[in-house]
Amino acid sequence: MPEVRFLFLGREEFNVLARTGVPTAEDIAEVMPSKERLAKGAVAMIECFQKIPCDPCYHSCKRQAIQPFADINDRPRLDHDKCNGCAMCLSRCPGLAIFIIDQTYSADKALIKIPYEYLPLPAEGHVVDAVNRAGQTVGEAQVVKVQSSEKLEGTNIVWLAVPHHLAMEVRHFKVKEVR
Amino acid sequence: MRYTEICIIGGGPAGLTAALKAAGLGAEVTLVDRNDYLGGQLIKQTHRFFGSKQQRASERGINIARELSAAVLNNDKIKVLTEATVLGYYEDGVVAVEQHDKFIKIKPQKLIVATGGAEKTLAFPNNDLPGIYGAGAVQTLVNVNGVKPGKKVLMVGAGNIGVIVSYQLIQAGVEVAAIIEAAPTIGAYWVHASKVVRAGVPIYTSHTIKRAWGDQELEGATVVKLDENWQPIAGTEIDFDVDVICLSVGLSPLTELLWQAGCKMAYVPELCGHVPLRNENLETSIPGIYVAGDVGGIEEASAAMMEGALAGLNAAKSLGYHAPDFAEQRAGVLKELEGLRSGPVGEKIRSGLAKVVL
Ligand SMILES: Cc1cc2nc3c(=O)[nH]c(=O)nc-3n(C[C@H](O)[C@H](O)[C@H](O)COP(=O)(O)OP(=O)(O)OC[C@H]3O[C@@H](n4cnc5c(N)ncnc54)[C@H](O)[C@@H]3O)c2cc1C
Ligand code: SF4
Ligand code: SF4
Repeated sequence: MPEVRFLFLGREEFNVLARTGVPTAEDIAEVMPSKERLAKGAVAMIECFQKIPCDPCYHSCKRQAIQPFADINDRPRLDHDKCNGCAMCLSRCPGLAIFIIDQTYSADKALIKIPYEYLPLPAEGHVVDAVNRAGQTVGEAQVVKVQSSEKLEGTNIVWLAVPHHLAMEVRHFKVKEVR
Repeated sequence: MRYTEICIIGGGPAGLTAALKAAGLGAEVTLVDRNDYLGGQLIKQTHRFFGSKQQRASERGINIARELSAAVLNNDKIKVLTEATVLGYYEDGVVAVEQHDKFIKIKPQKLIVATGGAEKTLAFPNNDLPGIYGAGAVQTLVNVNGVKPGKKVLMVGAGNIGVIVSYQLIQAGVEVAAIIEAAPTIGAYWVHASKVVRAGVPIYTSHTIKRAWGDQELEGATVVKLDENWQPIAGTEIDFDVDVICLSVGLSPLTELLWQAGCKMAYVPELCGHVPLRNENLETSIPGIYVAGDVGGIEEASAAMMEGALAGLNAAKSLGYHAPDFAEQRAGVLKELEGLRSGPVGEKIRSGLAKVVL
């Protein structure tokens, strides 16, 4: 994965993520579980695309689905087949870069688990605006569950049900204005 | 005159860890900080930290501050002076301190300077309008005093601080109109950037602030795009209606006391300013004066803690204190530091540090 070496190339070739904060389709494809794996149920997607000195995801995964870091700067490499989508890693990631996707949730909806540190927290059953990686509202999502225990230390986990075609788009949400 | 074996100036992560390590070997320590709390910058850091398990990664800075301060306050080898500002260092090795309008002289055998950094500012027309703050000030207002700085903020600087303070502003219910950054790329970790972008804050790289406007107070700002040579491109101006501009354009090491002491200094851009030369034990060119943390080069709390550990261990050792596992402790800390600075984002630090070895 080319990263910082882009810095010395011509302007237009700069890594898009480094310019905008929005990962590209190629970035995403690189960490996406296979169709077969998605068909089997909940699985993590680790959207962490830069070598940084950080490794809590690795230490928090009890199933050794995240491969050992030779160097703390390694990017996490996830063995999707070992991952059962338990979300232990999700609330430990300081980058809030880990999401759980369950394409088997229902016939027309996928379930996404999102780390969330804002107020107000939505409640079960609420309909919220579903937001993509660029901050744009792309549809609606229903809040299935809100996990916010002391053990999560402030990083709540919000479960959203979204139409299947949005499962790889939605990574945030906005609580709708109360009118 | 007060006598102490080791005096530590600064109660941030570097100073606190230095105190704990030195006291752990048996040395008697006096720790001085000008704030009425311990923890330095950490008490404003409500976000989870990066780093390794050993450096308490994934914990929130504020919790690390609480824990370290409690350990220091409960250690009877460590005497803590808060609301105490170190004003000067004299040739005879005396540290002059002002506390509650009283002048105190401390004569330590070893000195560890862990004073951290000071915020930089930026020159542009009207940068003196009320409503224009440094990011550190905004963070203190919001996270320490619980006061919103305004309704709508333009953040200048997309380094880790600019991005994290933007995140904390959104958490506090303040709107962030945009983050602008003169460099062509985001300096913050991309995961941080991604989380504010999805929360609706656009990041404009290759953009700078042209001018602020307003009569009695800030009413808005004009931002302009920069070309490859960092020159403004005419016709690319964007106006933002904001009542706060938050400048997050870096810190520089707070080194006055080291200058006074006559330490050999060097200007190292990679470390963000003038910094003291030091050896592997973090001892400066003046024997018995050690440095740790941001004062030796702006880095991170994780590195500051490790440097504090190193300076604390070495200062105590030089006074004759020892522990059976001293060599392992020291090697462990050095290994952690090397790991932290090893990747591509550590490259700047590595090249800076190479220039300040004694
Ligand atoms: C917004 C933001 C986000 C950050 N995020 C992270 C992060 O995610 N992870 C991470 O590892 N780091 C992070 N940091 C960096 C981290 O906070 C600093 O690197 C770290 O606090 C430096 O520690 P220090 O002990 O060297 O200095 P400081 O924490 O600055 O402490 C210095 C202390 O010295 C005192 N002092 C200074 N001069 C005097 C004097 N003359 N007399 C008495 N006392 C004095 C000050 O009052 C202060 O308490 C962040 C910083 C900011 C601003
Ligand atoms: S979801 Fe569970 S199994 Fe999968 S990587 Fe995270 S911690 Fe490991
Ligand atoms: S914990 Fe998060 S930010 Fe850190 S390496 Fe793992 S995925 Fe990346």
